[in-house]
Parts: sequence; structure tokens; C-alpha cells
Amino acid sequence: MTDIQALYTAVLEGDAPATRELVRQALQEGVDPQKLLDETLIPAMDEVGRRFETNEYFVPELLVAARAMKGALELIRPLLAVRGAEPAGKVVIGTVRGDLHDIGKNLVAAMLEGGGFEVIDLGVDVPPEKFVAAVREQGAQIVAMSALLTTTMPGMKTVIEALEQNGVRPKVKVMVGGAPVTQRYADEIGADGFSDNASGAVRVARSLVVV
Amino acid sequence: MGNVIAELAAHGPVITDGAWGTQLQARGLPIGDCPDAWNLLHPDRVQSVAQGYVDAGSQVILTNTFGANRIALERHGLADRAAEINRIGVAISRRAASTRTKVFASMGPTGKMLAAGEVSPEAVSAAFLEQARALAEGGADALVIETMSDLQEARIALEAARQTGLPVVVCMVYGAGRDGDRTIMGHTPEETTEALVASGADALGANCGNGPVQMLPICQRLRAVTHLPLWIKPNAGLPEIVEGHAVYHMTPEEFAMEAIALVQAGSSFIGGCCGTGPDFIRTLQRFLA
Repeated sequence: MTDIQALYTAVLEGDAPATRELVRQALQEGVDPQKLLDETLIPAMDEVGRRFETNEYFVPELLVAARAMKGALELIRPLLAVRGAEPAGKVVIGTVRGDLHDIGKNLVAAMLEGGGFEVIDLGVDVPPEKFVAAVREQGAQIVAMSALLTTTMPGMKTVIEALEQNGVRPKVKVMVGGAPVTQRYADEIGADGFSDNASGAVRVARSLVVV
Repeated sequence: MGNVIAELAAHGPVITDGAWGTQLQARGLPIGDCPDAWNLLHPDRVQSVAQGYVDAGSQVILTNTFGANRIALERHGLADRAAEINRIGVAISRRAASTRTKVFASMGPTGKMLAAGEVSPEAVSAAFLEQARALAEGGADALVIETMSDLQEARIALEAARQTGLPVVVCMVYGAGRDGDRTIMGHTPEETTEALVASGADALGANCGNGPVQMLPICQRLRAVTHLPLWIKPNAGLPEIVEGHAVYHMTPEEFAMEAIALVQAGSSFIGGCCGTGPDFIRTLQRFLA
């Protein structure tokens, strides 16, 4: 029998080879992939997020855990796809136009993936029409935007307006984040969610798809 | 020739400069454009920023080369002009400098995360070496590796910078963690100091991230673990976001009062980061006189 507790610990400690090996073993033994994801892997990533928010973990720990989780998902995703299981949700993510910073956005994308979301990463300097097109073509439920600069932050409002003008705003929830972004600013521009860290972003995304 | 950093520090406190990005924006740099490219496009306007600090009383001014490493320039399609942008950047500050002003050349982060595998250590090292050599050729008096969040990247930059033979200042950004005393990668002032001293830094410090009040304990802790000169450049307090723009409410007088505490805590080099301008330096000069 695969040691499920060891798998949980492997993700928590960011041990990618051990994570992969334990997932492989568990699947071979017939453990249900959805159960493995929901009851062990995602809870481990949630604990990673919790430790990050309480300052026990910093960025490097977050990165290695996300990498271990990614390896696990590569084994599990195809099995779930075969049986037509849906991810927790589909997120289109990008850094807004004029802003070339991607570190924060990449961290959020990694944590969202670790949280069971399918993430479509549009990259940096993303024009509003590209967000709109991605929502239309990919059927995403969430648009997540990042900005590092106070000067590019207003681009978030432009994207929300573009979603409205193209009639897709009612289909998606919008979440925003980045160094200068505040809850107040998120409210001001009519975003549905805000987080000031990558771990909190997962919680926000979950609350948005539930509604 | 003696080490310019040690010589200046021996007769300190030394007043450095304030922010450059906002000063360039005030002169028409469009949002999202590459500030470093202005060394080629508008050297006169860049020089007027440097001149503003020299006139305000800065004894050390930096250069408009913060983002002029090949990796950061690549995002603007300017990677192959890195050497040129750096050489000219030093020349511009040199033109503004008086005979007693020193020109320390700025080297900022690549904007890519080593720990995430976004870029290799070899590529980062090569980019910083290219930049440091160009800054040295341009005639910089010293190099300042600044606004570093990642100790690993800072060490690579330091090792590259030292190959020029110029003295090197390294300053990190603190502000993460429960007590705001960590880098985002989780390192404390004590940990960064141990590593950077071992790698041969000539001065250490902190910039950005925090206002001067939050910077004081960082400065004290650095002072407690190294005898090297300290270089401190806080922001003008913590910003408030008003209608999408960062507004710093701290006045030059309030800033100067707190900066004096930083000098008393052992900072040899004192200046400002985000939200500060020539008026802050002028007031600081008056308060320290």
C-alpha cells in the first residue's frame, strides 16, 4: 500500500521525485485519481499556502511545492480527462497591457494549478482584446489580472470594460492582484475578487466558481 | 588608488540621490516604456534628472542603468544595445556631476526568477558581467547592485561586478514576512550579510520596500553584524493608492527627520527610493549640515 501520508509530506516539502513516484505507485494500486487529488494533493497544496500566509514558507518553498504538484498533475490529469472529469475551474491569467512583470503572475498561476484549476496563461503585456478572445474561445470562468506598476494598474479597468462591451462580462468572474492593487481599487473598478498573495488567490478563485 | 566607498564612508554621512523613475516620468517618459532606453533617445532629459540631484546636494549620484542588463532589456527588444546603454548612462551622470560628485552605477534585478527556473544562473551571470564591464568602461566610480529580492541573484551580480575591480555596494529589499524583515525569498538581514560579505561586497544595505521608520530596525541589524559601510535608501513612507496612483504622503522634512535616525544607527550612505525627489535630498542636506 502506498503511504498516502508520505505523499502529502512530499508535496508539502516540494520533493518532486518522491511525489511522482508515490503518485505512480498509488495509481498502480488502483487508488482513484480524483480521490488522490481531492484528498491528498490539493490539501497538501492548501497547507503550503497556509504556511506561506503565516510566514513559515517563503517564495522558494512555494515554488518547489508547486513543481512537485505539477509533476503529480501530469500523471493524474490524463486519467481524469478520459473519464470527463472537470477541473475546479478554468482561469485565464495575464499581466495587463504595458506591464512586463511576470513573477507575481507566475506564482499565482502555479498556485491555482496546484489548487486544481486549469490555467491558461496569456503572458505579459496582454491587451484587453486578448483577454476577451481567451474568455470566448476557452470558456474560462475566471479572468485573473496582474499589474506591478501603479501606472499600468488602470489597464485592469480597461479589460473589465472590454469584457462588458463584448458581452462576456456576465460569463466570467474577474480577480485582480499585484503590488499596488488594493481591495478598494478592486471594488472601485468592479472586480469580483482580490488577493494580495498567491495563496489567497486560490481561495478567492474557489469562492468565485462556487457562486 | 584607495577604495572610494571606504574613503567616502570615513568622512560620512554621505548623501546619495533619490528616485529616478518618477523623475523621468515627470519629463515625459510614457507608462510602460523602458527608462534605460532614454539614455539613447533623450540623454538631455536624463542628464537633467542627475543635475537635479547634484544641485540638491547629492555627493553620490547613480545612473539611469537600473534595468540595463540584457535580460531585462530583452523585454523591450533592446538586449543587443545593453553595453551602449550602460556606457552612455555613466557618461550622462558624469556630465551632470561636479568635481566632487561621485558617480556610482546602478544595477537592478533581471526581473526573472532563478528559483523558478525562468532563467539560468549562467545567463544571469553573463548579463551582469556585460553590464558591469560597460559601466566600468563608461567610467563609473563604483557599482551599486540594488533592489534585489533574491540573494542568489544578488550574489551572482556581485561576483560579476567584482570582476571589474571597482568597489561594489549591494542592497536588498526587505519587507516580507510577519515582521517585515525578510526578503520575499525569506532571507533575514543577518543571512544576506553573511553571504554578501563572504562574496566580497564593499558596502551593504537596503533600499525600497519600506519607509524610513520600518527601515530603522533593518539598519540596526545590519550594523550589528558587519563593519562594512551601510547604504540605506528608503521609500518616502508607505504609499496610499489614490485613483490608481501611488501617493507618498511623507514630506521631505518628515523623511529627513527619520533619515537622521538611520545615520545615527550607522548608515554611512543615505538617500531615498520611491516617492523621493531632489527636494528630499535638499532637505536632508540641510538637516544633516
